[in-house]
Amino acid sequence: MASNDRATRGPTEYESAASTSPSAVAEFDQHHQTLVHKIQHALHQTPSLVPLIVLMVSILIFGILLGSKFFSPFALTLILQQVQIIGIVAAAQSIVILTAGIDLSVGAIMVLSSVVMGQFTFRYGLPPEIAVICGLICGTLCGYINGFLVAVVKLPPFIVTLGMWQIILATNFLYSANETIRSQEISELAPFLQFFGNKVNIGGAIFTYGVIFMVVLVIVLAYCLRQTAWGRHVYAVGDDPEAAQLSGVQVKRTLISVYMLSGLICAFAGWALIGRIGSVSPTSGQLANIESITAVVIGGISLFGGRGSVLGTLFGALIVGVFTLGLRLLGADAQWTYLLIGLLIIAAVAVDQWIRKVSV
Amino acid sequence: MEPVLKARNLVKRYGRVVAMDHADFELYPGEILAVIGDNGAGKSTLIKALSGAVSPDEGDIWLEGQKIHFSSPIDARNAGIETVYQTLAMSPALSITDNMFMGRELRKPGFRGKILRQLDRRRMEEVAREKLSELGLLTIQNINQAVETLSGGQRQGVAVARAAAFGSKVVIMDEPTAALGVKESRRVLELIKDVRSRGLPIVLISHNMPHVFEVADRIHIHRLGKRAAVIKPDDFSMSDAVAIMTGAMDPPEGMAA
Repeated sequence: MASNDRATRGPTEYESAASTSPSAVAEFDQHHQTLVHKIQHALHQTPSLVPLIVLMVSILIFGILLGSKFFSPFALTLILQQVQIIGIVAAAQSIVILTAGIDLSVGAIMVLSSVVMGQFTFRYGLPPEIAVICGLICGTLCGYINGFLVAVVKLPPFIVTLGMWQIILATNFLYSANETIRSQEISELAPFLQFFGNKVNIGGAIFTYGVIFMVVLVIVLAYCLRQTAWGRHVYAVGDDPEAAQLSGVQVKRTLISVYMLSGLICAFAGWALIGRIGSVSPTSGQLANIESITAVVIGGISLFGGRGSVLGTLFGALIVGVFTLGLRLLGADAQWTYLLIGLLIIAAVAVDQWIRKVSV
Repeated sequence: MEPVLKARNLVKRYGRVVAMDHADFELYPGEILAVIGDNGAGKSTLIKALSGAVSPDEGDIWLEGQKIHFSSPIDARNAGIETVYQTLAMSPALSITDNMFMGRELRKPGFRGKILRQLDRRRMEEVAREKLSELGLLTIQNINQAVETLSGGQRQGVAVARAAAFGSKVVIMDEPTAALGVKESRRVLELIKDVRSRGLPIVLISHNMPHVFEVADRIHIHRLGKRAAVIKPDDFSMSDAVAIMTGAMDPPEGMAA
């Protein structure tokens, strides 16, 4: 009985001690909330804030340096046109990187899909609408193979997509026989393939359908990632796949869906690419994978998965576009662009690491 | 009384190692059953078999008299068995609400939920807040803060609240106090008692004898892959339990398996 007594008294004493301490902890916390901490917390909540600020500042600086040459509706929308392809591909890259993966085959999928769209129309005489659908299916299928190898065979995404990059690119050259379909031919016989090249002119500001598509795509993806269960699962899988599995997420299905969606978006990028360059060329878009990863990283998405937003990616792509055009208008050597972008990449990852320390 | 969860003759082999050797198990309604055992005694395998993470090679499991077969933790969850894993199984970068509803999100009614598949954040937040305050976890100010910004005890509290909120039949807790300080352990033990007082039976796996003897109604002692004995904490001392667990003392007559 005596031991029972002690057992019941012990916990009550603990309880009284526990009930007084939490407020003290809160006070202690408040005391140390410096401005730096507040910024760190704000960035932790909305990670796309950094690229947005960098974008605004860089537009402002180039605007001051170049005046109306840069600050015109024409120049600003020209940036949008120049980044549309990379922006779309980077959106695909974003969702893959959110799952702690990487997709090196995005550029290859894009080119192969555009070649399928072109060749199906001109080699087999299919209506361009059907050819476009075939191209989109082709991209989704490539994505499915990536997803299957990553989720089911459990190979590292880097290796899978490195291999698929080579395979898809080789398939692209073998299938197309290295043959370009000329722009004139397309605009005469199958203008639907150049659909995304159509333009809307609003007071000197020129928006191509491809630009509009990029913006709409990013908004739709941001909605899906933030507001649907699928989006939450993408983040959970990127954060900790085992924990996600144990708390009831279908990890394999989520991963495969992400790679398939990435493939589909890349195929759309391939379609937009025809609109942008006019022709169907198997040698175009070679740098799309590296440039898309650059946009994603500058956009503040963590390469370790589970953190960041697709809006940040759009800002990241735009930052690259602003630097490229701004420095060219300033007459600087193009190498300066690469140098500055390199610095930005390293700075972005450093900021990411700093934000992660918020809990420590 | 009919056990809520019952297992008979469970066998699990990993290559030549027999992790479970004809193990039996019973959990009765409304009780806290502690499972103790030395390292390698096979208690994790037993628990994994009950929570669906491992499928046994032989033997059967009954839930409320119905024979069941789980091929994944999701099956067990759907059957009403919730597990609080030692690793907590939470996504650190996501919010408390997101974590509580992971894999069973609520969607908005009507067009926005069905066609746009939009989540009903407000309702999920309400439920999460309600469940946390039911268990006295109101010290968390912001239901939308990321789990990684919580202390160890608070995280454990959220994991327990999640299991208690959705577990309709059984809650299994794997070492819930192992990584916690004195004060936080105390809170989690109180949480466990709160969950029991609401009628949910609990399986508690722990190495901490004082904790086990404080909260358990019965103690299942696992040794060499099978159940050595089931004792009541009032009838035995902690050193007796340890002696049975390590084989230094024979299991008491009538209590064995």
